[in-house]
Amino acid sequence: MKIAWKNHLTGYIFIGPFVLGFLIFTLVPMFASLYLSFTNYDLFSPPKWVGLDNYVKMFTGDPKYWKSLKVTFLYVVGGVPLRLLFALLIAVLLNTASRAIGFYRTMFYLPSIIGGSVAVSIMWRNLFGDEGVVNLLLQALGLDAVRWFGNPLAALWMLIFLSVWQFGSSMLIFLAGLKNIPGSYYEAASVDGANAFSRFFRITLPMLSPVILFNAIMQTIGAFMTFVPAYIISKGEGGPLDGTLLYSLYLFRQGFVFSNMGYASAMAWVMLIIIAVLTAILFKTSKFWVHYESKGDS
Amino acid sequence: MRLKPIKWSLYHLFTAVGAALMLYPVIWLVMSSFKQSETIFITAESLIPSPWIWSNYLDGWQGVGGYTFTTFIKNSLVIVILSTIGAVLSSALVAFGFARLKFAGKTFWFTIMMVTLMLPHDVVLVPQYILFAKLGWLNSIKPIVVPNYFGAPFFIFLLIQFIRTIPAELDEAATIDGCGKFRLFWRIILPLVAPAMATAAIFSFYWRWEDLLGPVLYLNKPSMYTVSMALKMFLDSDTLSNWGAMFAMSTVSLIPVIAVFFAFQKFIVEGISTSGLKG
Repeated sequence: MKIAWKNHLTGYIFIGPFVLGFLIFTLVPMFASLYLSFTNYDLFSPPKWVGLDNYVKMFTGDPKYWKSLKVTFLYVVGGVPLRLLFALLIAVLLNTASRAIGFYRTMFYLPSIIGGSVAVSIMWRNLFGDEGVVNLLLQALGLDAVRWFGNPLAALWMLIFLSVWQFGSSMLIFLAGLKNIPGSYYEAASVDGANAFSRFFRITLPMLSPVILFNAIMQTIGAFMTFVPAYIISKGEGGPLDGTLLYSLYLFRQGFVFSNMGYASAMAWVMLIIIAVLTAILFKTSKFWVHYESKGDS
Repeated sequence: MRLKPIKWSLYHLFTAVGAALMLYPVIWLVMSSFKQSETIFITAESLIPSPWIWSNYLDGWQGVGGYTFTTFIKNSLVIVILSTIGAVLSSALVAFGFARLKFAGKTFWFTIMMVTLMLPHDVVLVPQYILFAKLGWLNSIKPIVVPNYFGAPFFIFLLIQFIRTIPAELDEAATIDGCGKFRLFWRIILPLVAPAMATAAIFSFYWRWEDLLGPVLYLNKPSMYTVSMALKMFLDSDTLSNWGAMFAMSTVSLIPVIAVFFAFQKFIVEGISTSGLKG
């Protein structure tokens, strides 16, 4: 079908803001970033071409880079599955016909809505202080207090706990997914004598698997870019002993604290590649565990 | 599923305890803001302040760097309001184009938009900073506000999903009556997508109010600081012993967020469930 050129023009006027914004704020900056990653640039003198030096230094001459990569992987691998697990458990718990569900949903979701704020990071920092509530609780249970800010691994766990505490948005997406599973499936299974566990593993999990995949991808990308809590809790430095030096924080420090714009750009590109690979792996493996219902007409 | 009475009680006990545990840190923060600074950590385990210290709020409001929280809240509000208007209106315009118009390259640009949705922001952080530096926009709110006027992929996606639920017959009828595309968008579609725009506006409010990276990068004068930056300054100052004041201002910074949450819960829950927006 032929469409008048005027219609094409109208279309582009409507999507124009996005097209322009994409070119100005995303595409050109991405090419600029790629170019800068092969230079030394401090913003004041012109960029100096250094070839692959930034990348070589990153992988062979910068222990801090490896540390931040390791810390970030631990954060993602430790945090995302725990966060999804809690989100799923609470969603299943709340998927009943009780009038109090709205209230409970609100209570479980509230921490996530305030999650990105500086106030929450400050609060978290203080809850985990040497004489903070968490240590008092540990001592009340007869355990030893943990020096959360003295031990790199403990400090990282503190960040992971914070991210797990904010499982709310995944929970809401899971809840929406659970509501879409036809009740007749469960009734039929009950008639056949399936108990709650087999109903969960045979019906709920497979039916929910596309939503699990979606949440896993979004949460992994989000976790990889975590910045504010690490920045606030470690007062911008990623300590102790680089234990909370998440990738985004190190990139920020290289670029904007040490004025190594070229190095920060190289870091950004490696991050993009890592995220692309992680997403691709999740997609590839999904065919073994994601169950898509064949829909006849849609 | 209906539950038997014993199971029902156990269910509520278990869920209520879980919910209380979730909220405990927030309640602890609020209660600490009413405690004497010296006793906050000595009495960390008890929630009820004794005595109640209201002056923490007055002390905290004095702010940092010679500016009070009146200034910081005003700065935050200006950024939030200008950004939100831009993000919601431009996203609605773009969403209408994608959802209702036919033009060459539509699929291509739609794909680009969906890819942008997943692109980590860190990749463009450095070059965007350089761009804004070259434009002479450092130390102004422009780098934080202006990009919002070019449509936000999350909101565009959300609004496209919503516009698709509006019957196309409406467009056809309006077109037959001689209504142009712009009138159709402005007079008919826009009022109908108001609920989805409200959802987008609420999320825009959250993200901009809580944003720290933008202000840290682009605002260097204390007179321009946002609430988030002021809180960070509180934490950084070496002479800090006034914990009560810091907790008081942390609480203040959360009040608008929590108020909006309780006022617009329905929009928030629907927005997340249908589009998978991150909260």
